Amino acid sequence: MAKVSFRTDFCKGCGLCVEACPKKILILAKDKINKKGHHPVEMTDQEKCIGCAFCATMCPDCIITVER
Amino acid sequence: MVVFEKPKSLADVPLHYCPGCTHGIIHRLVAEVIDELGIEGKTIGVAPVGCSVMAYDYFNCDMVEAAHGRAPAVATGLKRSDPENHIVFTYQGDGDLASIGMAETVHSAARNENITVIFVNNAIYGMTGGQMAPTSLPGQVTQTSPYGRDTDHCGFPIKVCEMLSQLDGPEYLERVSVNNVKNIKAAKKAIKKAFENQINGKGFSLVEVVSTCPTNWGLTPVKALEWLEEKMLPYYPLGVYKDRSAQKEGE
Repeated sequence: MAKVSFRTDFCKGCGLCVEACPKKILILAKDKINKKGHHPVEMTDQEKCIGCAFCATMCPDCIITVER
Repeated sequence: MVVFEKPKSLADVPLHYCPGCTHGIIHRLVAEVIDELGIEGKTIGVAPVGCSVMAYDYFNCDMVEAAHGRAPAVATGLKRSDPENHIVFTYQGDGDLASIGMAETVHSAARNENITVIFVNNAIYGMTGGQMAPTSLPGQVTQTSPYGRDTDHCGFPIKVCEMLSQLDGPEYLERVSVNNVKNIKAAKKAIKKAFENQINGKGFSLVEVVSTCPTNWGLTPVKALEWLEEKMLPYYPLGVYKDRSAQKEGE
Protein backbone atom coordinates (compact mmCIF):
# COMPACT_ATOMS: atom_id res chain seq x y z
CA MET A 1 0.00 0.00 0.00
CA ALA A 2 1.18 3.49 -0.75
CA LYS A 3 2.42 5.61 2.10
CA VAL A 4 2.89 9.36 1.93
CA SER A 5 4.63 11.34 4.63
CA PHE A 6 4.93 15.12 4.97
CA ARG A 7 7.46 17.34 6.73
CA THR A 8 4.74 19.70 7.82
CA ASP A 9 7.19 22.15 9.43
CA PHE A 10 8.49 22.99 5.95
CA CYS A 11 5.01 23.26 4.36
CA LYS A 12 4.01 26.72 3.11
CA GLY A 13 0.40 25.81 2.43
CA CYS A 14 0.53 26.73 -1.27
CA GLY A 15 -1.95 23.99 -2.18
CA LEU A 16 -0.27 22.85 -5.40
CA CYS A 17 -0.23 19.23 -4.13
CA VAL A 18 -3.94 19.45 -3.23
CA GLU A 19 -4.66 20.50 -6.82
CA ALA A 20 -2.42 17.82 -8.35
CA CYS A 21 -3.79 14.84 -6.38
CA PRO A 22 -5.90 12.69 -8.76
CA LYS A 23 -7.77 11.09 -5.83
CA LYS A 24 -8.46 14.44 -4.14
CA ILE A 25 -7.47 13.13 -0.73
CA LEU A 26 -5.20 16.00 0.30
CA ILE A 27 -6.42 19.12 2.11
CA LEU A 28 -4.89 22.14 3.79
CA ALA A 29 -5.64 21.66 7.49
CA LYS A 30 -7.54 24.82 8.39
CA ASP A 31 -7.49 23.92 12.10
CA LYS A 32 -3.69 23.62 12.28
CA ILE A 33 -0.84 26.10 12.01
CA ASN A 34 2.78 25.03 11.56
CA LYS A 35 5.98 26.73 12.73
CA LYS A 36 5.99 29.01 9.69
CA GLY A 37 2.42 30.10 10.33
CA HIS A 38 0.83 28.30 7.38
CA HIS A 39 -1.98 25.79 7.25
CA PRO A 40 -0.06 22.60 6.43
CA VAL A 41 -1.13 19.87 4.04
CA GLU A 42 -2.88 16.83 5.47
CA MET A 43 -3.87 13.40 4.18
CA THR A 44 -7.56 12.61 4.65
CA ASP A 45 -7.71 9.01 3.48
CA GLN A 46 -4.44 7.06 3.27
CA GLU A 47 -6.33 3.98 2.05
CA LYS A 48 -7.28 5.66 -1.23
CA CYS A 49 -3.71 6.76 -2.04
CA ILE A 50 -2.29 5.13 -5.17
CA GLY A 51 1.29 6.34 -4.65
CA CYS A 52 1.48 8.22 -7.97
CA ALA A 53 3.74 10.89 -6.37
CA PHE A 54 2.01 13.69 -8.31
CA CYS A 55 1.80 15.67 -5.05
CA ALA A 56 5.52 15.27 -4.42
CA THR A 57 6.33 16.20 -8.04
CA MET A 58 4.38 19.46 -7.72
CA CYS A 59 5.64 20.35 -4.22
CA PRO A 60 8.02 23.33 -4.51
CA ASP A 61 9.42 22.73 -1.03
CA CYS A 62 10.13 19.03 -1.37
CA ILE A 63 8.38 18.09 1.86
CA ILE A 64 6.69 14.93 0.56
CA THR A 65 8.13 11.42 0.62
CA VAL A 66 6.21 8.69 -1.18
CA GLU A 67 6.65 4.98 -0.52
CA ARG A 68 4.92 2.10 -2.23
CA MET B 1 10.17 1.06 -1.58
CA VAL B 2 10.66 4.80 -1.70
CA VAL B 3 9.35 6.19 -4.98
CA PHE B 4 9.92 9.85 -4.21
CA GLU B 5 12.17 11.68 -1.76
CA LYS B 6 14.25 14.80 -1.55
CA PRO B 7 17.32 14.48 -3.82
CA LYS B 8 20.71 14.30 -2.07
CA SER B 9 22.09 17.27 -3.98
CA LEU B 10 19.43 19.52 -2.48
CA ALA B 11 20.36 20.80 0.99
CA ASP B 12 18.09 19.88 3.86
CA VAL B 13 16.99 23.42 4.68
CA PRO B 14 13.70 25.28 4.15
CA LEU B 15 13.71 27.37 0.95
CA HIS B 16 13.14 31.10 1.37
CA TYR B 17 10.84 31.34 -1.67
CA CYS B 18 7.22 32.48 -1.37
CA PRO B 19 4.53 29.79 -1.05
CA GLY B 20 3.90 28.15 -4.42
CA CYS B 21 6.96 29.63 -6.13
CA THR B 22 8.11 27.21 -8.80
CA HIS B 23 11.79 27.96 -8.14
CA GLY B 24 11.60 25.12 -5.61
CA ILE B 25 10.47 22.66 -8.29
CA ILE B 26 13.24 23.76 -10.66
CA HIS B 27 15.88 23.52 -7.90
CA ARG B 28 14.73 20.00 -7.22
CA LEU B 29 14.87 19.01 -10.91
CA VAL B 30 18.46 20.27 -11.19
CA ALA B 31 19.40 18.41 -7.98
CA GLU B 32 17.75 15.21 -9.22
CA VAL B 33 19.68 15.41 -12.49
CA ILE B 34 22.97 15.98 -10.64
CA ASP B 35 22.20 12.91 -8.49
CA GLU B 36 21.23 10.75 -11.46
CA LEU B 37 24.32 11.63 -13.46
CA GLY B 38 26.54 11.14 -10.38
CA ILE B 39 28.37 14.42 -10.91
CA GLU B 40 27.84 15.97 -7.48
CA GLY B 41 31.56 16.01 -6.68
CA LYS B 42 32.59 17.96 -9.76
CA THR B 43 29.63 20.22 -10.35
CA ILE B 44 29.98 23.96 -9.80
CA GLY B 45 26.87 26.10 -9.88
CA VAL B 46 26.80 29.81 -10.51
CA ALA B 47 24.05 31.68 -8.66
CA PRO B 48 22.52 34.88 -10.10
CA VAL B 49 21.13 38.03 -8.58
CA GLY B 50 17.39 37.94 -8.11
CA CYS B 51 15.05 35.73 -6.10
CA SER B 52 17.35 32.76 -6.61
CA VAL B 53 20.37 34.68 -5.32
CA MET B 54 20.55 32.33 -2.36
CA ALA B 55 20.61 29.22 -4.52
CA TYR B 56 24.14 28.70 -3.20
CA ASP B 57 22.61 27.69 0.14
CA TYR B 58 20.37 25.09 -1.43
CA PHE B 59 22.60 22.95 -3.62
CA ASN B 60 25.04 20.50 -2.07
CA CYS B 61 27.68 21.21 -4.70
CA ASP B 62 30.21 24.01 -4.99
CA MET B 63 28.54 27.31 -5.77
CA VAL B 64 29.80 30.72 -6.87
CA GLU B 65 27.83 33.94 -6.69
CA ALA B 66 28.19 36.11 -9.79
CA ALA B 67 27.57 39.83 -10.21
CA HIS B 68 24.17 40.67 -11.65
CA GLY B 69 23.80 39.00 -15.05
CA ARG B 70 27.42 37.88 -15.25
CA ALA B 71 26.85 34.22 -14.43
CA PRO B 72 27.69 32.95 -17.98
CA ALA B 73 30.97 34.92 -17.88
CA VAL B 74 31.90 33.46 -14.49
CA ALA B 75 30.86 30.01 -15.70
CA THR B 76 33.07 30.44 -18.78
CA GLY B 77 36.08 31.01 -16.54
CA LEU B 78 35.25 28.09 -14.28
CA LYS B 79 34.78 25.75 -17.22
CA ARG B 80 37.87 26.82 -19.14
CA SER B 81 40.11 26.57 -16.06
CA ASP B 82 39.59 22.79 -15.94
CA PRO B 83 37.31 21.59 -18.75
CA GLU B 84 37.84 17.90 -17.94
CA ASN B 85 36.84 18.00 -14.29
CA HIS B 86 34.36 20.83 -13.97
CA ILE B 87 30.68 20.56 -14.77
CA VAL B 88 29.40 24.12 -14.63
CA PHE B 89 25.81 25.28 -14.61
CA THR B 90 24.27 28.70 -14.12
CA TYR B 91 20.84 29.27 -12.63
CA GLN B 92 19.39 32.62 -13.69
CA GLY B 93 16.12 34.49 -13.68
CA ASP B 94 14.74 36.67 -16.45
CA GLY B 95 15.75 39.96 -14.83
CA ASP B 96 19.28 38.59 -14.63
CA LEU B 97 19.73 36.75 -17.92
CA ALA B 98 17.46 38.67 -20.30
CA SER B 99 18.15 42.17 -19.01
CA ILE B 100 21.48 43.14 -17.49
CA GLY B 101 23.14 39.86 -18.48
CA MET B 102 22.00 39.79 -22.11
CA ALA B 103 25.49 40.49 -23.50
CA GLU B 104 27.09 37.68 -21.50
CA THR B 105 24.30 35.30 -22.48
CA VAL B 106 24.43 36.04 -26.19
CA HIS B 107 28.22 35.94 -26.39
CA SER B 108 28.63 32.74 -24.41
CA ALA B 109 26.01 31.19 -26.72
CA ALA B 110 27.78 32.54 -29.80
CA ARG B 111 31.11 31.11 -28.56
CA ASN B 112 29.33 27.80 -27.89
CA GLU B 113 30.84 27.79 -24.43
CA ASN B 114 30.52 24.29 -22.93
CA ILE B 115 28.22 25.23 -20.03
CA THR B 116 24.63 24.57 -18.98
CA VAL B 117 22.28 27.49 -18.39
CA ILE B 118 19.00 27.13 -16.51
CA PHE B 119 16.90 30.19 -17.34
CA VAL B 120 13.82 30.76 -15.18
CA ASN B 121 11.35 33.04 -16.94
CA ASN B 122 8.49 34.34 -14.81
CA ALA B 123 7.86 37.58 -16.74
CA ILE B 124 8.52 39.89 -13.78
CA TYR B 125 11.24 41.11 -11.41
CA GLY B 126 10.38 39.08 -8.32
CA MET B 127 12.94 39.99 -5.69
CA THR B 128 12.76 43.75 -6.10
CA GLY B 129 8.99 43.80 -5.77
CA GLY B 130 7.32 43.08 -9.09
CA GLN B 131 8.63 45.59 -11.62
CA MET B 132 8.28 45.12 -15.39
CA ALA B 133 10.93 42.78 -16.81
CA PRO B 134 12.17 42.44 -20.41
CA THR B 135 10.00 39.32 -20.58
CA SER B 136 6.77 40.87 -19.21
CA LEU B 137 3.87 40.23 -21.56
CA PRO B 138 2.18 43.04 -23.54
CA GLY B 139 -0.59 44.41 -21.35
CA GLN B 140 0.75 42.77 -18.20
CA VAL B 141 0.15 44.80 -15.06
CA THR B 142 3.25 45.23 -12.91
CA GLN B 143 4.43 47.77 -10.33
CA THR B 144 6.04 49.89 -13.04
CA SER B 145 3.31 49.35 -15.64
CA PRO B 146 0.13 49.81 -13.57
CA TYR B 147 -2.01 50.21 -16.72
CA GLY B 148 -0.45 47.19 -18.40
CA ARG B 149 2.72 47.01 -20.49
CA ASP B 150 2.31 49.52 -23.29
CA THR B 151 4.28 48.19 -26.27
CA ASP B 152 4.41 51.65 -27.93
CA HIS B 153 6.25 52.95 -24.92
CA CYS B 154 8.09 49.92 -23.51
CA GLY B 155 8.59 47.74 -26.56
CA PHE B 156 7.99 44.04 -26.79
CA PRO B 157 9.09 41.10 -24.63
CA ILE B 158 12.30 39.30 -25.55
CA LYS B 159 11.93 35.67 -26.56
CA VAL B 160 15.34 34.38 -25.54
CA CYS B 161 15.17 30.90 -27.06
CA GLU B 162 13.94 32.18 -30.44
CA MET B 163 16.58 34.90 -30.46
CA LEU B 164 19.49 32.62 -29.58
CA SER B 165 18.32 30.00 -32.08
CA GLN B 166 19.31 32.45 -34.85
CA LEU B 167 22.95 32.08 -33.81
CA ASP B 168 25.09 29.30 -35.25
CA GLY B 169 26.85 28.80 -31.89
CA PRO B 170 24.54 27.19 -29.34
CA GLU B 171 24.19 23.43 -29.18
CA TYR B 172 20.85 23.03 -27.49
CA LEU B 173 17.96 25.39 -26.69
CA GLU B 174 14.67 24.25 -25.26
CA ARG B 175 11.73 25.95 -23.58
CA VAL B 176 9.86 23.94 -20.95
CA SER B 177 7.40 24.70 -18.17
CA VAL B 178 6.55 23.39 -14.71
CA ASN B 179 2.81 24.07 -14.61
CA ASN B 180 1.75 20.43 -14.34
CA VAL B 181 3.22 16.99 -13.69
CA LYS B 182 3.60 16.18 -17.38
CA ASN B 183 5.52 19.39 -18.09
CA ILE B 184 7.68 18.90 -14.99
CA LYS B 185 8.72 15.47 -16.31
CA ALA B 186 9.53 17.01 -19.71
CA ALA B 187 11.47 19.80 -17.97
CA LYS B 188 13.58 17.27 -16.12
CA LYS B 189 14.36 15.47 -19.36
CA ALA B 190 15.46 18.75 -20.95
CA ILE B 191 17.66 19.69 -17.98
CA LYS B 192 19.22 16.22 -18.02
CA LYS B 193 19.97 16.55 -21.69
CA ALA B 194 21.55 19.97 -21.11
CA PHE B 195 23.91 18.45 -18.52
CA GLU B 196 24.66 15.42 -20.70
CA ASN B 197 25.57 17.72 -23.58
CA GLN B 198 28.14 19.36 -21.36
CA ILE B 199 29.56 16.02 -20.18
CA ASN B 200 29.86 14.94 -23.82
CA GLY B 201 31.62 18.21 -24.69
CA LYS B 202 28.94 19.38 -27.11
CA GLY B 203 28.66 22.97 -25.97
CA PHE B 204 26.22 25.65 -24.87
CA SER B 205 22.89 24.30 -23.63
CA LEU B 206 20.14 26.57 -22.37
CA VAL B 207 16.86 25.40 -20.87
CA GLU B 208 14.26 28.14 -20.44
CA VAL B 209 11.73 27.23 -17.77
CA VAL B 210 8.48 29.19 -17.92
CA SER B 211 7.70 29.78 -14.27
CA THR B 212 5.33 31.63 -11.94
CA CYS B 213 5.55 34.47 -9.44
CA PRO B 214 2.29 34.20 -7.44
CA THR B 215 3.20 37.01 -5.04
CA ASN B 216 3.99 39.68 -7.62
CA TRP B 217 1.37 38.56 -10.09
CA GLY B 218 -1.11 38.99 -7.23
CA LEU B 219 -2.58 35.51 -7.62
CA THR B 220 -2.83 32.38 -5.51
CA PRO B 221 -0.28 29.67 -6.40
CA VAL B 222 -2.94 27.57 -8.13
CA LYS B 223 -4.38 30.55 -10.05
CA ALA B 224 -0.83 31.55 -11.03
CA LEU B 225 -0.31 28.19 -12.74
CA GLU B 226 -3.58 28.74 -14.63
CA TRP B 227 -2.47 32.24 -15.65
CA LEU B 228 0.83 30.80 -16.86
CA GLU B 229 -0.99 28.30 -19.04
CA GLU B 230 -3.50 30.81 -20.41
CA LYS B 231 -1.31 33.87 -20.92
CA MET B 232 2.35 32.90 -20.97
CA LEU B 233 2.41 29.66 -22.93
CA PRO B 234 0.73 31.16 -26.04
CA TYR B 235 3.41 33.88 -26.06
CA TYR B 236 6.28 31.59 -25.09
CA PRO B 237 5.54 28.32 -26.92
CA LEU B 238 7.25 25.25 -25.46
CA GLY B 239 9.57 23.14 -27.54
CA VAL B 240 13.09 22.50 -28.77
CA TYR B 241 14.46 25.58 -30.56
CA LYS B 242 17.84 24.19 -31.45
CA ASP B 243 19.48 20.80 -31.18
CA ARG B 244 22.54 20.75 -33.39
CA SER B 245 23.47 17.12 -32.77
CA ALA B 246 19.96 15.95 -33.70
CA GLN B 247 20.09 18.15 -36.84
CA LYS B 248 23.41 16.60 -37.87
CA GLU B 249 22.07 13.08 -37.39
CA GLY B 250 19.04 14.00 -39.46
CA GLU B 251 21.11 15.18 -42.40
